Amino acid sequence: MFQWLGIAPQALFGQLLIGLINGSFYALLSLGLAVIFGLLNIINFSHGALYMMGAFCAWFLLTMLGVGYWWALLLSPIAIAAVGMLIERSMLRWLYRLDPLYGLLLTFGLALVIQGLFQNAYGSSGQPYEIPASLTGGYNLGFMFLPVYRAWVVLASAVLCLGTWLIIERTKLGSYLRAATENPALVQAFGINVPRMITLTYGFGVGLAALAGVMAAPIYQVSPLMGADLIIVVFAVVVIGGMGSIMGSILTGFGLGVIEGLTKVFYPEASNTVIFVIMAIVLLIKPAGLFGRAA
Amino acid sequence: MAGVKEAAGTGAQATSLDHQLVAFGVMVAFFLIAPFFIYPVFLMKVLCFALFACAFNLLVGYVGLLSFGHAAFMGMAGYVCGHAAKVWGLPPELSLLIATAASALLGLVIGLLAIRRQGIYFAMITLALAQMVYFFCLQAKFTGGEDGIQAIPRGRLLALVDLNQMLPIYFVVLAIFLFGFLLIYRTIHSPFGQVLKAIRENEPRAISLGYRVDHYKLIAFVLSAALSGTAGATKAIVFQLAALTDVHWSMSGEVVLMTLVGGLGTVFGPVVGAFIIIAMENYLAELGSWVLVTQGLVFVACVLAFRRGIVGELSRLIRKPL
Repeated sequence: MFQWLGIAPQALFGQLLIGLINGSFYALLSLGLAVIFGLLNIINFSHGALYMMGAFCAWFLLTMLGVGYWWALLLSPIAIAAVGMLIERSMLRWLYRLDPLYGLLLTFGLALVIQGLFQNAYGSSGQPYEIPASLTGGYNLGFMFLPVYRAWVVLASAVLCLGTWLIIERTKLGSYLRAATENPALVQAFGINVPRMITLTYGFGVGLAALAGVMAAPIYQVSPLMGADLIIVVFAVVVIGGMGSIMGSILTGFGLGVIEGLTKVFYPEASNTVIFVIMAIVLLIKPAGLFGRAA
Repeated sequence: MAGVKEAAGTGAQATSLDHQLVAFGVMVAFFLIAPFFIYPVFLMKVLCFALFACAFNLLVGYVGLLSFGHAAFMGMAGYVCGHAAKVWGLPPELSLLIATAASALLGLVIGLLAIRRQGIYFAMITLALAQMVYFFCLQAKFTGGEDGIQAIPRGRLLALVDLNQMLPIYFVVLAIFLFGFLLIYRTIHSPFGQVLKAIRENEPRAISLGYRVDHYKLIAFVLSAALSGTAGATKAIVFQLAALTDVHWSMSGEVVLMTLVGGLGTVFGPVVGAFIIIAMENYLAELGSWVLVTQGLVFVACVLAFRRGIVGELSRLIRKPL
C-alpha cells in the first residue's frame, strides 16, 4: 500500500509513534507553560531545565535508593514541584508587578544555573535508564512493532492532559483558577488565597514537566542538555497554539509531534525546522495563534 | 507633529548632552590608550560584543522589544563574511558590507514575522526563528557544519591597511565600533528615535497619534540586525573563524546579559556590560560549565536586585541620562 511512496510501513508507523511521543512531551510542557502564564503572567524559561531535573530525579531514585519507575513517577514530580514552589516563593513573586519580560530573564538565568550545575556533575553525555520490567516487550501489529513502553507513554500523557483539562474547565477549583487568570484582585476580594493558588499553580505546571521528564528517561537518555533544545520547540508550539486555551495547547502539542514525525519520513532534512516553519506560516495567517485570542 | 516632538526632545537633551559628551570622551580615550596596556585581541573581542550589545539595546531599550534571537544575525554575518573573504576572495571591506547586508535581509524576514506579536511572544518568536537559523547553519554546506569556517583571511583594508598586524586591525575595529555606536546614538536622539520611545511607553497611544507603529518597529529591527551583523562579521575577521557557537541560543542569552548588567536603555550600558561579561568569561574560561552557572547567577541577581544595571545606577546617581 505504501510501496508507491517508496517507504516501508514499518518506518512510517515507527516515526509516527515517535512523533506521538514527542507530541506527548510537547503537550505536557506547553500545557504547564500555558497554565503558569495564565496566572503568573510569566513565561517559564526554566521549564526545560525542570523537565531535565525530573528525569534526573528518577535516575537518582533508581541508582542511589533503588526506588523503581512507578514510585519515581509519583515522587519525582512532587520533589520537582517543591523545588518549583520554592523558586516561586523566593524569587518569582517579586516580579509580578514588573514587565513580564523580567520573569523570562530570571527563569532563563535559573535554567542556565540548573543546566550548568548538572553539566558539571554529569558532563554532557547521557545516563541510561532501564524500561521498567512490567512495560518491556511489545506487540506485533502486522504493519509495525509496537513497544509497550512507548504505547504507555502516549496513553498516559493523553490521560494526564485530558485530566488537567477536566480539572481546569469542569471543577470548582478550576473555575477559581480561571477567574484568577481573568482578575486576580477580584478573586482575592472574594476571600480566596490567590498568592497560595499562584504558588500551587506554578508547582503543578512544573510537576507536569517533571512527570514528562520521568516518562522520557527510558526513551531518551537522562542528560543535562535534554531540556535545553526542547524548551525552544515548546515555545514555538505555544506560539502556534496560542496560550488562551488548554485544549488548544494539548491538540497543538500532539499534532505538531505527529507532523514532525512524518517530516522525518518524507523529508528528513527539514525535521529539525518543520515546527519553526509552521510557526512562521501561522504567524502570517493567524498571528494570535490557532487557538489564541487576539491580544 | 514630528517637529514638535523633535523640539521637545532637543530641549531635554541640551542639559544631558554635556554629560554624555564627557562620557563619550572617556570611552574613546580609554579605547585609544588601552591597547598599549591590555591584550588587544581581548579588547577587540570586547569592541565586537559592545557593538553587538548596543545594537541589541536599540531594540530592547528604546522600542521595548526583547529579541531572544540576536545570535542569528551575529552568527550568520560571521559565516557570510568568512565565505566572502575565503571562498570568493573578496577584500575585508567588501566582505563586511556583504555580511551586514545579509544580516539586514535576515532581520527584515525575521522582523516581519516577529513584530506581528508583542511582548513575551515577540521574545519566543525571535528565539524560535533563531533556532531555525541555527539548524540551517548546522546543515548548510557553506557554513562547514560543526567545523565552521576556519582560517578566514584578514586581508588588507582598502588595499592599504594590513589587518594581519595587531595595532592596525585594532584601530580598524575601534573605528567600526565607533561608527556603529554613533549611528545608534544619532538614531536614538532623532525624531525617529523619539517615536520609538513613544511606542515603548505607550503603543496604543502612538498608534492613535497616527504613527505607523509596525513600520517604525521593523526599521528599528532591521537596523539592529544589520549592526549586529557588522559586529559578527568584524569578529569573524578578527578571530579568522565563524562557528556554530555564534548562532547558538546561548549567544542570544549572552547579549541580553551584557545589556542587562550594563543597563537596559542606557547609551553606554551595553559597552560596560560587554566589557564585564567578556572579562568574566576570560577569567572563568578554564572552569568549563561554571561559566554557565556564573552567567545564570548574574542574570538572577540582576533581575532581582539590580534591574537598572551599572550605568543605569550611575545615571540615577548623577540624575542625568547616560
